[in-house]
Order: sequence, then structure tokens, then C-alpha cells
Amino acid sequence: MKDDDHIIVVENLVKKFGSFVANDNLNFFVRRGEIFGFLGANGAGKTTAIKILSGLSKPSSGKASVAGFDVGRQSEKVKRNIGYMSQRFSLYDDMTVKENFRFYGGIYGLSAKGIKQKTAHLLQKLDMLDYKDMLLSKIPLGWKQKLAFSVAVMHDPAVVFLDEPTGGVDPITRRQFWELIYEKASEGTTIFVTTHYMDEAEYCERVSIMSEGRIEALDTPSNLKKKYNVNTMDEVFVRIARSDA
Amino acid sequence: MWPFIKKEFFHIFRDFRSMLILFGMPVAQVLLFGFAITTDIKDVSIAILDNSKDNVSREISNKLVSSGYFILNSNLSSNNEIEAAFKRGDIKEVVVFESDFAQKLQREGVADIQLIIDASEPNTASMINAYTSGIINSYSLELMKKQGKIPISIITEPKMLYNSGLRSVFMFVPGVITILLMLVSAMMTSISITREKEVGTMEAILVSPLKPIQIILGKVAPYVLLSFINLIVILLLSAFVFDMPIRGSIALLLVESILFIVMALALGILISSVSKSQQQAMLLSMFALLLPTILLSGFIFPIENMPYALQLVSHVMPSKWFIIIVKNIMLKGVGIGYFWKETLILLAMTVFFILMSVKKFKTRLE
Amino acid sequence: MNFRTVRPGITAINMSVSVQIKNINKKFEKLEALRDITLSIPPGELFGFIGPDGAGKTTLFRLITSLLLADKGSIAVDGLDSETDYKKIRNITGYMPGRFSLYYDLTVEENINFYASIFKTSLRENYHLIKEVYEQIEPFKKRRAGDLSGGMKQKLALSCALIHKPELLILDEPTTGVDAVSRKEFWELLKKMQKTGITILVSTPYMDEASLCDRVALMQKGDLMAVDTPSSIVDGYNGDLWQISSSDMHAIVADLTGIDSRIEKVFRFGEKVHVTTHNIDNKELGVIIEGVLDGAKHKNILLEGAKPQIEDCFLALMDEKG
Repeated sequence: MKDDDHIIVVENLVKKFGSFVANDNLNFFVRRGEIFGFLGANGAGKTTAIKILSGLSKPSSGKASVAGFDVGRQSEKVKRNIGYMSQRFSLYDDMTVKENFRFYGGIYGLSAKGIKQKTAHLLQKLDMLDYKDMLLSKIPLGWKQKLAFSVAVMHDPAVVFLDEPTGGVDPITRRQFWELIYEKASEGTTIFVTTHYMDEAEYCERVSIMSEGRIEALDTPSNLKKKYNVNTMDEVFVRIARSDA
Repeated sequence: MWPFIKKEFFHIFRDFRSMLILFGMPVAQVLLFGFAITTDIKDVSIAILDNSKDNVSREISNKLVSSGYFILNSNLSSNNEIEAAFKRGDIKEVVVFESDFAQKLQREGVADIQLIIDASEPNTASMINAYTSGIINSYSLELMKKQGKIPISIITEPKMLYNSGLRSVFMFVPGVITILLMLVSAMMTSISITREKEVGTMEAILVSPLKPIQIILGKVAPYVLLSFINLIVILLLSAFVFDMPIRGSIALLLVESILFIVMALALGILISSVSKSQQQAMLLSMFALLLPTILLSGFIFPIENMPYALQLVSHVMPSKWFIIIVKNIMLKGVGIGYFWKETLILLAMTVFFILMSVKKFKTRLE
Repeated sequence: MNFRTVRPGITAINMSVSVQIKNINKKFEKLEALRDITLSIPPGELFGFIGPDGAGKTTLFRLITSLLLADKGSIAVDGLDSETDYKKIRNITGYMPGRFSLYYDLTVEENINFYASIFKTSLRENYHLIKEVYEQIEPFKKRRAGDLSGGMKQKLALSCALIHKPELLILDEPTTGVDAVSRKEFWELLKKMQKTGITILVSTPYMDEASLCDRVALMQKGDLMAVDTPSSIVDGYNGDLWQISSSDMHAIVADLTGIDSRIEKVFRFGEKVHVTTHNIDNKELGVIIEGVLDGAKHKNILLEGAKPQIEDCFLALMDEKG
């Protein structure tokens, strides 16, 4: 490891499916506690890269490490040290809030006592202690997403992968959600987030933009806007993703 | 209308699972019921106690042993040996001819054969009884023909009257036809309609100028055809693999089947209008249609043996009436005059379900 | 009065239609999906409904297409009542539901042909109507819809909704889950469509798409919070918005919160924090901030005025309504 501060290190990463190159020689790192936006058009190779980084898929060549563990050879250890949340996969609707926490805590091997403390602590922070025995299906979407985030960071992972975490929620809830993210990041958890909301890309500290399997740009939002001489991340994105279309 | 039907065929032909249910299932079911779940008996060990030892008793013994159903284990010489023979456990039946068998038959026209059967397995026991009686019965008929005399010592078994080939597959084919038509028609249509709800295409079709009846017809027409093909496949299979006869009118059988298919399709539409997902539609079809069809239609369990309450329930099972009709046509070979009542009941049910399904099918989402 | 004549082969001037929504109320059991919505959309407008899930956008569209019936109020499309004349409305409406409503096991071509046929037309007859959109997916016409990318599915669904020459086009969240480039292209297509005179209603959860519409309605939990042109909505933003940054972004939110009653909201916005204020000018705010932020921790403090976005207006409106 080159730098202890680099929690994700990707070197010459290639992933091929037959003759199709989904990830073409990716090189980047993410710092501990950083909020890293991972953007790209549909089919640009984001999902493939995230699958590799979360230990679900092996790279064809090159290497990547997450929290100091090689994603190819130590995928089990990688999985223990990451959290994952997506809009599609989140909590069980037919279980109560508490039961969801207990279930996910159990998956990550937390003790019963640990789960109890964590649940109380996290719910308190969300101001949702009163709702712990409510079925998830009765809880509004925005709250669900905040709960899902809390569940994803329950085991204090080094990195949390957020796949389109705020789809469909109202702006207030979205801001509250990002407040949770900032708070978690300031505690040292790395946030790795994909989104289609380009204004949300501005919330990130650094963003990478993928197009056709390659990372075409990686910098802070303000530097990117300066570089392309535009006012919004949306325009940056369109410039980059369209240049070779 | 035609593009709608064409589209439906694309869905079916491009989905491996639908194809399997449509075409793999009938073949598998018929073969399964025909071969594996057979209730036929074969090579049953028996003993014969012939107290008469005349030409008639010997001929009957020969008939039994050469039938292929029975193997002669031993010839007993006295009543005392019977119990021991059963206790040894290697025989299932002892056939006892009374003394002076042929003479008695000649003189009095009646002679007794006693069948002693191991009834520890009641089903097998009754089957053995039926088979033995059947063989003896057919022999006595032969004898009667030869001698031109009044029949003698006929043992009748009502079940065998219409199943003289003693083949249980004959009993199952009508049931299998019923199940499959129900399955293909009701389950497949209800699933294909709910799939469109799930994917969201139903919303787009509903806002088009198509009338509900057009949407329904477009969805079900392919299944009428496919069910019909299925029916033909089953009939061909049972005719050529199991030598199952169709004694009555084939045309009549097909017409009655179409009536049943239409009824099942209407049920399918009804199910789809109350279920929100494909999964729900499938479970509903399974539990509300398929299980009752199997259990309460008289297909496997005779309705006469059911508790009175269940007998009443069986009356509202369309499949019960259809099975009666099919058995009448295929096994008895009788015409519409014998089952016009059942046909009428089925017709009434069909009309009822069609009206219900058209009424329930909504042009709106609520 | 509109005269509508559809003659195949001749591109008639498209007579577009107006939509009048009056006092619409709709409840689902206890949930009030729409509360007393009144709205008038003139012919030929590109009108956007902006709001998160649960705002009532889809319900409103289903009421207009008569897929649902309102508890109270009325909707008229081109003067036709959505409840009684729904068959006529359906003939002149192109509707693209939230989920793309494509048959994924049919090819691109088969999908279009099917939708054409249920409106008693054909791809050949109306090719010119959808040429602009369809050209982009035509190279893949033998491919199954399920194998298309999100952007292409979206274009196919649009082609299907346009094939019968509708005068009113209703698009329910056509850009949700689609990447920014495809979204951009989609909006460009809509602008071109609009030039043919068609009235377009579109809903979206993406606040930044509001600026692409002629007028928008900001919706939240069944209420219309504002109806206006995007620029007027932004101009109407009450108060001031600033962005502040320093070298310690992790601490800055906490350090700026609750320091002055005129500072209302402090919110981390990536590399900056956004601060909303009232009755306070640049200079005064600068002094306050300098005084509060510890120089040892916060270096390179930067304060600038920020231009409010639709989202900021949306948030302010949500605050107002409680």
C-alpha cells in the first residue's frame, strides 16, 4: 500500500466479458473519509467497477484493494469491511425497524448487545426511537432511505457504497440524507456514491466520470467546472460523456 | 385484433417456461399417470385350491395364470393349508373352487368360486378382486356363447363394465385432460394478463381506444388455440401409447372441450382482475382451481365416498361435470342424450364466468 | 373550436389541445394524493410537474388519461370531459407511463408495430411523425426491447407514445434512472416535438430539469406549491443565499450553526456550505463569519453570493407550507 490514507486503491484494473471491455484500465484512489462521486452514463461500466470493489466479481487483470484487502484474493475480508445500500435493495418491508437492524447486524456478526446499543444510538440520531416497532412498509420513503443508510453503516465499515441512494425523495429529505453522509464521513468512513442527479454530484468532494469503460475525468467539482469552463456539473458530464458518442 | 394475437404468440414462443408448461406438461402428465402412477396389478402371486379338478376349473385356473396378472405360486390340497400359505407371506390371493364345480354349473347353472384375498393393502386387494372377477366373468361369457345357454355365476364389478381392458390409464385420461385444460387456460392467461399489469404495459393499452372486450379476446385467443392443440396431443398420446379408445363422437368431445376451455379462460381473466402480481395469479390458480380440480372433481377420489358437505362443494366444480362428460364420450361411447344436463350446467357456468370477467375487467386502474 | 382531420400521408397542421384542471381531489383510502388542484395549460405548452415520489404527479396523469376517476373536481382535455368523453381523449393522447411500458420480449420494431396497430395505424404510415426519435434506435430494430440501454428504452417508449399522432403527450417521469446525457438528448427531442404544436405534460423528480419547461408546477404531497415559469420561480426566491468555504469543511457546518438569528439555514454543499439569510448584507455577514470561524482551524475562508436554484425555491416553499 502506497499511502495509508488511501482506503481504495485501483491499479490498471481491467474487466472483460468476452470481447466486451467493461472496465478499461482504471487507475484511481479514494482517501479515507472522502466523499467520492462515481458518475457515468448508463452502461459506462460503473456497476461492473462497483461489483469488483465490493468483492462480488473478480478483475480480469490489474488489481484493486479496499481497506487494505485485495478484492480478488481477499473478497471475504473486503465484504466485512464495507457497507452497501441501494435504492432497489434496502430493507425488508414486512419486518419492523428493529428487526431489520437486528437482521443486518446479525449478518455482520455483531453481538446481540452490540446490535441493541447501535440500534438505539442510530435511531436516536434519526429521531426515530418511537418508530422502532413499526413495520417498514408503514414508513415514508424518505425515512426508509435514512434508515437503510444507518443499517448500511451499522457495523462501522471502512467504506460505504451508495448506489443511487436518493432516487425519488424530496429535496428536504435529500439534504437530511446528505447531512447523515457528511457526518459519517467526518467520523472517517469513506463514502463511495453513484447518482444520476448531477446537482448531487456537487455534494461530493471529488468525482470521477466514466465513459465507455474508462475514467475520463477525476477531480473536485469546482476544478472540473473550471476546466470545462461551465457552470454546472451537468454540463461537465454532458461534455465528457458525449465527446466520444 | 390480429396484431394483438400475434404479439401474444411472440410472448409465448419466446418464453421457455411458458413453452415448457404448454407442451412439456401434457406429455409428461399423460406418461406419468399412464406409467408411473398406475394402479394396474401385475404378477400377483396366488394359490389355487381346486376341490373339483374338472375341465372347467382347470380352464379357469389356466385363464387366470395366463392373463399376465397372476403367477401361480402353489396348488393347495385342503382348506387347512390356506392360512399357512398367507402367513408365509408369498401369496396375495387364494382361489377356491368348490367340489363338483363343472357338474354343478352344468346342472344348476350356479357354481361358487371363493376368492380369499390379503386385504392388508385395501387398494391392491380390491384391484385383485376386480381383476380376478373380471377374468372369471369373461370366461363365463365365453362359455355361455359356446353353449348358447343362460349365463352362469356372473360376478359383476360396475367399475369394470366400462373398463373391460382393466387399464387404469383409461380412468386417468379424462382427469388429465381436465387438469391440463384448466392449467393452460386459466393459469397461463391469468399470469399473462397480470404480467402486463406488472410491467406497466397494461396502462398503455388501457389508455388506447381498444375496448375491454378486444383486449380480453386478444389475450385469450392464443390460449384457446394452444389448449386445443394440447387436447389433441393428449388424445393422440393416450390412443397410440396406451391404446385408449374414444368410443363416442370425436367431434362432440372437441366441442365439449372448447366449452370447458372457454370457461377456464373466463376464470383466468377473473383471477387476473383480482390479483396484482404474477405470483398472486399463480398461487390463486393453483389453490383455487388446480387443487379443487384434482381433489374434488372425482378425478382421484370418488365423489360418492366424500362427506356430504364436500359432495355439495363438488357440484360447483366445473371440472366435475366436464369429467363426467368426457368419461361418457370416451369410455361409454354414448351421445349427448346421456349428458345434456351436465353440458347445460357447464354452459351456464361458462356464461356466468364470462359475464363476471367482462364486468370485472376494468378500463381503469381502480 | 378545433377542427381535427387526420388524413394519412398529409401532415396537417397539428391542432394541439389545452388541459383544464379544476378543483381536483383524489384520496386513496386515508392518503390524500391530490388536494384541490386547479391548473390551466394552454395549447402547445411544454409543462413540467416537478416533485418527489408521493407528490401526486402520477395520480394526476392517470386522472387526465381517465385511468382513475377523481373524487371531486373535473378535468377537460380540448374541452372534452375526462370522465364522460374519455374514449375521445384517449384517441388524441399519447401516454408514456412511469415504467416504460414496453414488451421486453418483443423487438424494437414489434413494439412499435403493436402500439401502432392498437391505434389502427402503422409504422409505415406514420414514420414521418416519429422519424426524429426513431432514427436513433432504428439500427437496433431487430433487438429485443429488454436488451436496450436505459436511454434507448426511453426513446422507444417515446416512439410508441407518438406513433398515433397524438395532440397531447403525457410523459410520466420519462427521465428517471436515465443518465444525464440521455436525459439531455431526451429534452432536446421534446423541444423539437413541441415545435410541431403538440401539448406536452411531463413529470420529473429532477429539479434541474425544471428550467427546460415553459412553465412548471412544483408539487409536494398532493399540493401545488407554485405554478409559474422557471425564471419567475427563481426570481421569487425570498431571502439571500450565500456560499462559504474554508480549509476545514468537516467542522464548518457546526461552527456556523446558531451564531446569528438572521442566519437561517446552514447546509453543507460539497466543497462549500450554503447559508440562507435575511436582512443581512455581504459586508456584515463577512464580519460575523470572520469573528466566528477560528483562524487557526479555518484557513482561506471564502464568502460569495449564490444564485438560488429551483431546488432552493422548492425547499423554501416546503418550509413555508410547513
